[in-house]
Amino acid sequence: MTRTDFMQGNTACAEGALAAGCRFFGGYPITPSTEVAEHMARKLPKAGGVFIQMEDEIASMASIIGASWAGKRSMTATSGPGFSLMMENIGYAVMTETPCVVVNIQRGGPSTGQPTMSGQGDMMQCRFGSHGDYSVIALAPASVQEMFDLTAKAFNLSDRFRTPAFLMADEIIGHMREKLVIPDTVPMQGRKPLQQGVLPFHPDEDLVPGFPQFGKGYGVHVTGLTHDERGYPCATSPALHEELVKRLVNKIESHRDEIADYDVVNPDAETVFISYGVPARSVQQVLHDQKNPDVGHLRLKLVWPFPDSALRIFKNAKTFLVPELNLGQIAREVQRHTKNEVVMLPKLGGALHSPAELTTVLEGYL
Amino acid sequence: MTYQEWFREDRLPHIYCTGCGNGTVINCTLMAVDEMGWKKEDTAFISGIGCSSRAPGYIVTDSLHTTHGRALAFATGVKLGNPDLHVVVFTGDGDLAAIGGNHFIHACRRNIDLTVVCMNNQIYGMTGGQGSPTTPMGALSTTTPYGSAEPAFDLCELAMAAGANYVSRWTSYHVKELTRAVLTGMQTPGLSFIEALVQCPTNYGRRNKFKQVLDQVEFMRSHTVLIQKLKRMEEQGEKFPDPVIPVGEFVRRNRPALGVKV
Ligand SMILES: Cc1ncc(C[n+]2csc(CCOP(=O)(O)OP(=O)(O)O)c2C)c(N)n1
Ligand SMILES: [Mg+2]
Repeated sequence: MTRTDFMQGNTACAEGALAAGCRFFGGYPITPSTEVAEHMARKLPKAGGVFIQMEDEIASMASIIGASWAGKRSMTATSGPGFSLMMENIGYAVMTETPCVVVNIQRGGPSTGQPTMSGQGDMMQCRFGSHGDYSVIALAPASVQEMFDLTAKAFNLSDRFRTPAFLMADEIIGHMREKLVIPDTVPMQGRKPLQQGVLPFHPDEDLVPGFPQFGKGYGVHVTGLTHDERGYPCATSPALHEELVKRLVNKIESHRDEIADYDVVNPDAETVFISYGVPARSVQQVLHDQKNPDVGHLRLKLVWPFPDSALRIFKNAKTFLVPELNLGQIAREVQRHTKNEVVMLPKLGGALHSPAELTTVLEGYL
Repeated sequence: MTYQEWFREDRLPHIYCTGCGNGTVINCTLMAVDEMGWKKEDTAFISGIGCSSRAPGYIVTDSLHTTHGRALAFATGVKLGNPDLHVVVFTGDGDLAAIGGNHFIHACRRNIDLTVVCMNNQIYGMTGGQGSPTTPMGALSTTTPYGSAEPAFDLCELAMAAGANYVSRWTSYHVKELTRAVLTGMQTPGLSFIEALVQCPTNYGRRNKFKQVLDQVEFMRSHTVLIQKLKRMEEQGEKFPDPVIPVGEFVRRNRPALGVKV
């Protein structure tokens, strides 16, 4: 039965993971993400799952990849400094096409920065932080409800595309307490198993290969080296490397529209806010107060792969206003996809843009 | 079934240099696996990066060739994710004790049910012969051109102090003893650590007065002494080889272990 609760974003994230069948969590404490690990530590053993506090975030990331090959839906949660440590193994998960979910409750950076304050400064690190060319899937919750819903969804996307999926939340959403409606069941889309007689890294038509789980007799060799469809290292063929890397990118990019997830308000507006994560809350307040059909809002629940077709829904748009808790990371991505004016509304330090602040900016464009 | 059936023949030829000791260690490990009677579908080999870490790629079971130093952290996830799997880790001295040193001591502390076989060639083989944490003081490498000025790690002492249930050291000369040690490790619940000293003619021997492959193998024969015997010799003031490499079983015990199949 659906039940209603009142809880913290980080706890809702853990509950979303559990509802989605996550049965392995490997993590290392870091503010402001620790409550995710603590809740998993309490709940996982009772659900027949495994919680392990690893010795660092490098090991945390490694452990969830290992558990994923053993057949578990697996997850870790961290914040900036830990996210930096995870980068090499995130690239390994990309190259080996390992499903897993990485939660980043963003805080102020660089370095140790502002442990207890909010930020969105890791959006580009999420996209490009590990070496080499690749693509990722990243979701951005703007409420406690979405901490639950989008975490659960991240598991489906990760399994569907055999790639790490990121929940790029932030300190405010992570620590905020709100109403949460917990559904009876969440939609589940698991991994398609590798068919007998098919090479382990031979992709289906959707560019995603079937998953050869360990312990099922596949005898699969998994390596982060450039590999052929047998999974065997073959690191000196230019053609093979290019084909592999392009497939890893295209299996995600060619499904942009299928993956896209956003809300649209006032699609005929000329001035349009684009937001993701917590700044959406201030934008929603502004639109609520303005009641002006000429002010639109594109709220991205998923930032990577960037849903560029959503921009074209706003046919009359002249100006995109992009408030974010960084110096313009996603605003630049918007610029790449439009000829319209893109106004960066950067903010650092941990506080949100206030609705009044955004209204003042908006009035300059009306 | 024989241990040879565990080789992934379509991967041959392998990358190892002529005279390399790693093949001996892989053979010994597979002979132990064979004696254990493990099934291929229930066994997984996991490794980091290095010449030694290429070993899983030559074995027919599921295998995870991971990132440099992190094999034990990946293996922890695999083993806890499915405790029914027999998980064997192949690693090198650099992989295990330099970049992976922290994972090593924590895997031993957790005493997780893995068999860890370290091919210690006392050098970074794959990258062309740089000094490692087990390069002996005074030894030459490309990054210690005047002789290593640092004391080396004793991997077995480290594993023992950190809490592993089974620890032993042999060399690629001691094929029978090494096989038995790996077998005993596999039979012991908890973390089993087997260090196998190996010759690396290309990147260690050549620079350190072992002109022929057999010179280094002969060194491993003549400079190893059984730990218990060495203690006796020390107590009784007897002469022993210098330098001396203690070999044999360092510890076999029953500390609480993690990930043991119930
Ligand atoms: C993060 C990282 N740093 C450095 C390297 C380069 N590298 C590859 S193998 C290796 C050393 C391997 O030495 P060892 O573990 O002793 O294995 P061996 O080749 O001697 O068997 C290094 C430094 C790497 N692959 N990844
Ligand atoms: Mg080495």
